[in-house]
Amino acid sequence: MGLSRRNGVAPPPVLGILAIVGAGLLALPLLGLVAKAPWGSALSDLTSSDALQALKLSLICSLAATALALLLGLPLAWVQARLDFRGVNLLRGLTTLPMVLPPVVAGVALLYAFGRHGLAGEYLFSWFGFRLPFTTAGVILAETFVSMPFLVITVEAGLRSMNPRLEEAAATLGASRRRILGLVTLPVIAPSIYAGALLCWSRALGEFGATITFAGNFPGQTQTVPLAVFQLLETQPEAAVMLSLVLVLISLAVLVGLRDRYLSPDSQIRGRRGSVD
Amino acid sequence: MAVAVAGLLSASCTPGGSPSPTPPPALSGTVTVFAAASLTAAFGELGSDFEKAHPGVTVRFNFAGSGTLVTQIGQGASADVFAAADQPTMTKLTAGGYAMGKPEAFAGNHIEIAVPPGNPRHIQSLPDLQNSNVLVDVCAPSVPCGDYANQVFAKANLHITPVSLEQDVKSVLAKVESAEVDAGVVYVTDVQAAGSKVVGVPIPPNQNVLATYPAVAIKGSPNQAGGAAFLAYLLSGPAQQVLGRYGFVKA
Repeated sequence: MGLSRRNGVAPPPVLGILAIVGAGLLALPLLGLVAKAPWGSALSDLTSSDALQALKLSLICSLAATALALLLGLPLAWVQARLDFRGVNLLRGLTTLPMVLPPVVAGVALLYAFGRHGLAGEYLFSWFGFRLPFTTAGVILAETFVSMPFLVITVEAGLRSMNPRLEEAAATLGASRRRILGLVTLPVIAPSIYAGALLCWSRALGEFGATITFAGNFPGQTQTVPLAVFQLLETQPEAAVMLSLVLVLISLAVLVGLRDRYLSPDSQIRGRRGSVD
Repeated sequence: MAVAVAGLLSASCTPGGSPSPTPPPALSGTVTVFAAASLTAAFGELGSDFEKAHPGVTVRFNFAGSGTLVTQIGQGASADVFAAADQPTMTKLTAGGYAMGKPEAFAGNHIEIAVPPGNPRHIQSLPDLQNSNVLVDVCAPSVPCGDYANQVFAKANLHITPVSLEQDVKSVLAKVESAEVDAGVVYVTDVQAAGSKVVGVPIPPNQNVLATYPAVAIKGSPNQAGGAAFLAYLLSGPAQQVLGRYGFVKA
C-alpha cells in the first residue's frame, strides 16, 4: 500500500507530523489494551457466563437503541433541516445537548423524567405499572438518549447539503411527497444515514454513565459490557481488559468495514450539491 | 537546586516550630488520602481539622469504592494514605506490596436498611426485603458494603434478588433518596449522614456485622511525613470523637 493523495495539492509537512501525533494519541491507549491483555486466559475470561451475558445484552441494547434513533431521529433531522419556524434553533440546541451532557448527568436527568417519581415516569408507573429504571428497556432508553443526537446531526447535515433541485425535479414530474421521500431524498442521503447510524450505534455500545445511573447494574438485565468491565476491574482486572478488547474489536470491525463501504468518496458524490452545476 | 532549596526551607523551619509537647515533623504540602466512600462526610471534617492543626498543609481526598481505590493505587495513583471499608480490600493492597507498615483499624460501622421517607413499602425487618415487589439495591459483592450485605443476608438465611449492584455505597443511598428503590442496604453512618432524606430500619445485632475500617500509609508516597501524621491523627482522641459523632463505633 503506497502513499498517494486522493486529490488537491500536497499539505505542508507540519500537518503530517501533527496527524501522526493525533493518530498516536488515539491509537496508543488501544495498543496498551492489546499489550496488557492476558491472552493465555482469554477463552476462559470471555466464556464466563457474566461476560457472555454482558456481550449479548450490549449487542441487543445498542442495536435496539440505533433502531429507535432511526425511527425517531430521521423525522427529527428532517424537521430541523427543512422546516423554518420560530424556535427551530432552540430545538436544534436541545436535541444536540445530550452530546455535551456528562453521561452521569444524563442518567440523573433520565431519572427525573422517566424514574418512578419522574415527570413522565410517575404516570407510566401509576397508570400502567410500567417501570423503566433497572430494566433492559431502561438501558435502551439511556443509550438512545445519549446516541440519537449523533444520528440527528449527521442526517441533518446530509439533508442540508443535498441538491434541492433533485426533489424539485421529481415534484415537477408529478411525484407524490411520499414517493419523493422514498425514491429521491432517502437514497440521496443514504450515506449520511449510514454514517449517522454507525456513529449512533458505536456511541450506544460504549455507553456507561447514563446506563449505570438510570438503569443500574445487574448481570443479564442491565449490565452491558462497559458496566461489566467497570465491575471486573475491581476483582479480575485481566478479564476486564479482555472484555474491553472484545468491545473494541467489534466496534473496529464494524466501523472500518462499513465506513469503507458507504463512506468512500464515490458514494458521497451523489449527495454533494453542485455536482450537476 | 530544588532539593537544596527544599533542604534550606525545612532546616530553617524546624527550630522555630510551634511549641506543642511532641516536636511535630516539618509538615508541608498536600496530603492525599484515598478513602472508602462511606467515610466521605466524617473525613471531610477530619481533613479540615487536620489542616487547622497543621497550617500550610492541604488535605486532598479521593473518595470511591475501596476496591476502585486499590486499583487506582496499583496503577500508580499517588496516595499518601489509604483508608478501606473492610479488611479483605486492605489485604489486596498489602498483598500488592503498596503498604508501608501494618494497617491499623481506626473505626467500625454497622449495616442498616435505608428506606425512602415515609417508608412506602412498610419495611420493618430484613425478611421484608424478600418480597418480590420490593425493589432492593445493594453494593456489588466485590465492594465491602456488598460483601457485608451478603453476610447479613446469609446470617438471616435470606435469599434476596437486588435490582442493581452498585459500585459504592453512596450510589445505593442516592437510589434510596430518589425513591427509585424501596430499600437499600447501607452503613448506619450513611443513614445518619443523609438526615431526613432517608429513614433507617435497624438490623438486630445478632444478624449484623462489624465493619472494620483499616488505614495504612502508602509506600513511596510523595508526602511520607504528612501521611504518617494523618494516620496518627486518625487514631487520636479528637479524631475518634469526630468519627463517633458521625455514627462510627470503636474498631
